Amino acid sequence: MSRAVMKKKERKLKTSSNSLGLAIRVGFFLAVRQVRRSNIWTNILIIFIMTLTFLNLVVVSGILVGLIEGAVVAVKERYLGDIFISNLLNKSYIEQTPSIVKTIQYIPEVSAFSVRYIESGKIEGNYKDLPQTKKSTDIDKSVGTQIVGIDPEKENSVSHLSDILIEGEYLNKNDYDKVVIGAMLLKKYLSFDSAVFSTLDENVTIGSKIRVTVNGNVREVIVKGIVKSKVDEVDRRVFFVDTQLRGLIGRFDYNADEIVLRLKEGVDPNVVKSQIVSSGADLYARVQTQEDAEPKFIKDMKQTFAILGAIISSIGLVVAAITIFIVIFINAVTRRKFIGILKGVGIHGRAIEVAYIFQSLFYACIGTAIGVLLVFGFLKPYFDANPINFPFSDGILVATVDGTLWRIGILLIATFVAGYIPARIVVRQNTLDAILGR
Amino acid sequence: MIIVRNLYKSFKTGNTELTVLKDLELEVKTGEFVSITGRSGSGKSTLLYQLGLLDHPNSGFIEIDGIDILKLDRKQRTDFRLNELGYVFQDYALIPELTAIENIAVPLLMQGLSIKEAKKKSFTALERMGLENRENNLPSQLSGGEQQRISIARAISHNPKVLFADEPTANLDSETADSVLKAFLELHKEGQTIVMVTHEPEYAELTERILVLSDGKISTDRKTKNK
Repeated sequence: MSRAVMKKKERKLKTSSNSLGLAIRVGFFLAVRQVRRSNIWTNILIIFIMTLTFLNLVVVSGILVGLIEGAVVAVKERYLGDIFISNLLNKSYIEQTPSIVKTIQYIPEVSAFSVRYIESGKIEGNYKDLPQTKKSTDIDKSVGTQIVGIDPEKENSVSHLSDILIEGEYLNKNDYDKVVIGAMLLKKYLSFDSAVFSTLDENVTIGSKIRVTVNGNVREVIVKGIVKSKVDEVDRRVFFVDTQLRGLIGRFDYNADEIVLRLKEGVDPNVVKSQIVSSGADLYARVQTQEDAEPKFIKDMKQTFAILGAIISSIGLVVAAITIFIVIFINAVTRRKFIGILKGVGIHGRAIEVAYIFQSLFYACIGTAIGVLLVFGFLKPYFDANPINFPFSDGILVATVDGTLWRIGILLIATFVAGYIPARIVVRQNTLDAILGR
Repeated sequence: MIIVRNLYKSFKTGNTELTVLKDLELEVKTGEFVSITGRSGSGKSTLLYQLGLLDHPNSGFIEIDGIDILKLDRKQRTDFRLNELGYVFQDYALIPELTAIENIAVPLLMQGLSIKEAKKKSFTALERMGLENRENNLPSQLSGGEQQRISIARAISHNPKVLFADEPTANLDSETADSVLKAFLELHKEGQTIVMVTHEPEYAELTERILVLSDGKISTDRKTKNK
């Protein structure tokens, strides 16, 4: 045979079965049958491992982020609202409060708002047991706190204080000399001994009389309710009806200390903030969204937990990739002889690699699908309804659709690589050695 | 069809080198049915692996159907095995999770045939082996003889230029082995070139030509009465 004929034949060989499309078709054909006809329990075990891997990726970091998210939500729900207006740093209250309130009333996106009057003061329990004249050696059993005047209905529509009552009743508009008190002001609700947080004695409870000293005025008031929110700013306050407190502190001009706004569903707080600022309110008050007003330690914790979540997710991803690698590698090694046979009868290595990639993607997809069902069909609704009771927050499971899709994408890429590498290692081995098991 | 010149193959085990094939020369004509025999360790299978492109010799020249196969790269060798050769292994070498017809169809799919075409062609090959009623059985559901005939069906389904068989009857009882040999003889009658390694003289005698391998060379090359 002439050299030209030989070259022609070699050229024909080069292109006869070399396309990626063909490799994908044959690879898929092999993968489907290998998965369908392999041991059902092996398949279930691999899918179970993949599901756990997915849960490890989403749930562990989700709970970690949810731990701080619970605190953020609590601060927003109970204290800051969607928009938080407070006094300028060089002023002791919000000047021109009535005009700011008027502006707020005309903003349609605002669903509710509450005006808070605040003054520093002190409270004392069991004060009748104290000696009439105080000696310098006597312990001061008074507790410094913030006395807050609220319109009970309006405040409740913003911060839902009545929902977090753990004892007694909530205030109503006509209450006089009655207060709702934060749980952290009572010894029986403070779970730790603190040199910083002084508290009223254990026997102070609903119906107890306590003495409130504010702005030089002293009142005996009855504890009507106790609230507990896991938000210090709420749990260390004493709430009066605003009309009485304004009288006590001489705030007859209606200038307040905090105005809290709750917005309608889906409204961007920045839009409403701009509206308020454009009315000139920023000359008299600091207008902040909840995010702006968040205490710095929460912002820091959010960042810290996000980093921790990312680290844990990365470890989860590496574990997932290694798991898939091991599963596929063991599968490929135990089937080394058959891989050799396939190559021996002319099946391209690429088609065999594709078969293993399809298999690993199959396991990852099924495991992920079950994981998604578990997360969104069971775990997230469960934790939303039954938050984990952490000391400083009600921990929820944070699993956003975007975040989950992102993780699924990364998991599938990791699966692709982790399925490909072991298949490649085994496929690259000498065909005859594989067939003969050498 | 097959021309082999100065074929040399050795294996290294530690510091010792074992030479299995030494300056081996061989020619097989188109349509011939050749058996290779010899004592255990004489290099029969090694020779078949070199001819079947499953292994690479240290030196020499092998031409099959006008192509110098030792000059082919890895992908070309795979293509050559796929398109031009058929291979029957001693232990059937079927893929356990593929049915009989799927085992035959896989190489055809790799050649670019559609699943329908591949299955049609595979079924024809099964019919030739008398196993048309076993198409959907997995290898584990077939007897040794049936598995070997499936293996032959896979090897011939794409009409290869040469069919190599490595001791195809070694794992079979005599009755089943006879039926497998009969299948080879029928293929030969249809013009198929076959090179078969066997250590059973009575089967070797059924072929056209017997090559006896000894000390890495062909010591005897004789035609049988079937020629």
